[in-house]
Amino acid sequence: MAEHSAAEHKHKPAAAANSAATLNSRAGAGAGGGAAAPAGWQSLLSFTVLFLAWLAGFSSRLFAVIRFESIIHEFDPWFNYRSTHHLASHGFYEFLNWFDERAWYPLGRIVGGTVYPGLMVTAGLIHWILNMLNVTVHIRDVCVFLAPVFSGLTAISTFLLTRELWNQGAGLLAACFIAIVPGYISRSVAGSFDNEGIAIFALQFTYYLWVKSVKTGSVFWTICCCLSYFYMVSAWGGYVFIINLIPLHVFVLLLMQRYSRRVYIAYSTFYIVGLILSMQIPFVGFQPIRTSEHMAAAGVFALLQAYAFLQYLRDRLTKQEFQTLFFLGVSLAAGIVFLSVIYLTYTGYIAPWSGRFYSLWDTGYAKIHIPIIASVSEHQPTTWVSFFFDLHILVCTFPAGLWFCIKNINDERVFVALYAISAVYFAGVMVRLMLTLTPVVCMLSAIAFSNVFEHYLGDDMKRENPPVEDSSDEDDKRNPGNLYDKAGKVRKHVSEQEKTEEGLGPNIKSIVTMLMLMLLMMFAVHCTWVTSNAYSSPSVVLASYNHDGTRNILDDFREAYYWLRQNTDEHARVMSWWDYGYQIAGMANRTTLVDNNTWNNSHIALVGKAMSSNESAAYEIMRSLDVDYVLIIFGGVIGYSGDDINKFLWMVRIAEGEHPKDIRESDYFTPQGEFRVDKAGSPTLLNCLMYKMSYYRFGEMQLDFRTPPGFDRTRNAEIGNKDIKFKHLEEAFTSEHWLVRIYKVKQLDNRETLDHKPRVTNIVPKQKYLSKKVGSQ
Amino acid sequence: MSGAAMSGAGSLGSVVRRFLLEYGSGTPSRLKVLDAYLLYVLLTGALQFGYCLGVGTFPFNSFLSGFISAVGSFILGVCLRIQINPQNKGEFQGISPERAFADFLFANTILHLVVINFVG
Repeated sequence: MAEHSAAEHKHKPAAAANSAATLNSRAGAGAGGGAAAPAGWQSLLSFTVLFLAWLAGFSSRLFAVIRFESIIHEFDPWFNYRSTHHLASHGFYEFLNWFDERAWYPLGRIVGGTVYPGLMVTAGLIHWILNMLNVTVHIRDVCVFLAPVFSGLTAISTFLLTRELWNQGAGLLAACFIAIVPGYISRSVAGSFDNEGIAIFALQFTYYLWVKSVKTGSVFWTICCCLSYFYMVSAWGGYVFIINLIPLHVFVLLLMQRYSRRVYIAYSTFYIVGLILSMQIPFVGFQPIRTSEHMAAAGVFALLQAYAFLQYLRDRLTKQEFQTLFFLGVSLAAGIVFLSVIYLTYTGYIAPWSGRFYSLWDTGYAKIHIPIIASVSEHQPTTWVSFFFDLHILVCTFPAGLWFCIKNINDERVFVALYAISAVYFAGVMVRLMLTLTPVVCMLSAIAFSNVFEHYLGDDMKRENPPVEDSSDEDDKRNPGNLYDKAGKVRKHVSEQEKTEEGLGPNIKSIVTMLMLMLLMMFAVHCTWVTSNAYSSPSVVLASYNHDGTRNILDDFREAYYWLRQNTDEHARVMSWWDYGYQIAGMANRTTLVDNNTWNNSHIALVGKAMSSNESAAYEIMRSLDVDYVLIIFGGVIGYSGDDINKFLWMVRIAEGEHPKDIRESDYFTPQGEFRVDKAGSPTLLNCLMYKMSYYRFGEMQLDFRTPPGFDRTRNAEIGNKDIKFKHLEEAFTSEHWLVRIYKVKQLDNRETLDHKPRVTNIVPKQKYLSKKVGSQ
Repeated sequence: MSGAAMSGAGSLGSVVRRFLLEYGSGTPSRLKVLDAYLLYVLLTGALQFGYCLGVGTFPFNSFLSGFISAVGSFILGVCLRIQINPQNKGEFQGISPERAFADFLFANTILHLVVINFVG
């Protein structure tokens, strides 16, 4: 990977100052709550803080654009961009019916039915509106800046949700946190045009509306929640998290004897309307009634109906009568539900859990059964370091917030506690699900910080002018219907007064406040640093830094894709490992065999088999797949560690899963069980197609005088097979730093060459006929 | 458990009778109209389910949209009934009966727009 050691420091202070400003003004919001015209001041301050949070979040996501250019990043975004482009140029219906014959050759892919279209439709809609207003923006720029803009919306919905859970001050803090926290920035920098960018907004907004509808019991809010849920379903597969968390919330409320008619209204409406809404997305289809992931929601729905009906009866009947009915009803209902679920599962109406979900419960599952899921780096378990790296101080403070919530429990705090616990679990299982943890950590930390500030900033004011109450109570005054916040609030208020009587000295207060502000300041600095160093690389364009700090841009990927685009037949078929499928389709506009939509494991295994067989066996596979070119990534020259040789073992494993007779993983290791590319490496490895393509003519290349020729910088080894010759392939293109190498697959020879010398039958040469004529020239 | 149910079976008839009596006297007529609507929707749903069991679910999306339309209307009706029930006034302070009815109409509009889209 390119080293970003001495990143441009000049952007950092700007963004840090920005976020520090937002934090400071939030502190102002807490302290200045008791000014002369409280409501006006408060809303003005809130607007300012939210606006600044949006601005800070937006600008700290621009590192990649400023350093490189306005370009789509990584892998999946290239597909999203390509389909958005298709949507923008051909219209919505054409997009829904799009059959992409350039992917998964020879199978093709029905794109309209196999994507979550929310992202493309959102970007297309924005593009359309802007063009209607005669703002001519290219669709690429809309795609690049979509995620940063949505991060502001995420901040606002987090503010709303936290305000419902706690109070306004905590909400503002949460908005500031989520705007700059690296765990969320990692998926939403400018150019990372991926589902998660808009899905986190949809997630938070759905949760806000859910909490709101549980609080009010209003059908209107529930329907809004359903619509937001629909948007979430259209945007990201993570909607399953919502459809399991909300039933879990309801179920726990039932267990805690916190059932109310509001919960019944909210959940029943949400489930039934959300169910049919979610089935409108072609990719989701009938899954919500067919797969086990969604069955918990259905079960809780049935349970809630039964519970509500019994409640209704209990209000009407005497205890004795009720018991009679109760036993009959409960035993009948439980029996029917139980039998029907078993029957449906056995007859196959309800599909069992899919592989990705199994790997959530049993972390070893994917490694054994589905190597393709385990091979993706973002499906690996999370390390402890990355928790701190992505969340910094928030990961330490959020348990405090959780404790505050549990201590002053009410309906919606049950929800946030469940959200926190489940998200912590999932984030521990998969790196990628760190994203679902981030918002709840921001909210709970904000609650913790806001509580501390309330104690240590608010009391001074109170002593000076006692009749003025702190901001949280004003919040209550403004919504008098808000009854069940009171219990918690009042108790806190009492404890506050006790504290005042104890008499915390102003020194202690200011020290604590200073410490907290220091922490927040450090958090802002850390966020900016992480964003700038770790999450702002497009990975399509690499950068390296020299000793004097000057920067080298390595543009090999685009160079090679452009070469493909210009120099090959329009319908040429390019074989590569699936990682590069979307990029080849997006940048080179050529047909690929496999891509990042890994829906067909056996097809991928076939490509893996071709890569890991010897040349003649691979040639047969490639002939049968009509391959014209083979593209590989090779990092040995510049020391790029994400190349195909390092991914090679996954290719072998996936191929072995489908073709255990031809490919065996153990063949690629040395007898000592090492994976080596040097002379000690196993002969199978040294003669397989991937090895040969990577190191073709590499043995002639001496990179510097300290190392022998053919020295691989990524694996720090001199390669073992320097004399590589191809029979069926020829080198077509190698990019400037050898990062991308493209080989052409030769057609069959016109005449089969003999593998032995022609037998000589007659030793004495016949006298050849010679023309007596002399040429006229 | 079944033993308990058996022993209670004799008094079951009387319990139901008393319940109906109380329902007839203690429920406002507005709610009774709503209950009639709910019963009608319930029967519609049951009919569709019986049809699906007997004949089959061939256009599955049509069956689903019809059935979900019935269940959804039932749920929305129950929600309306809960909200306008004077006994539950304490729980829904911000929601007047008029507001509840407007919500009911809004939710039904959304639900049936989707159902029409889905019925195919």
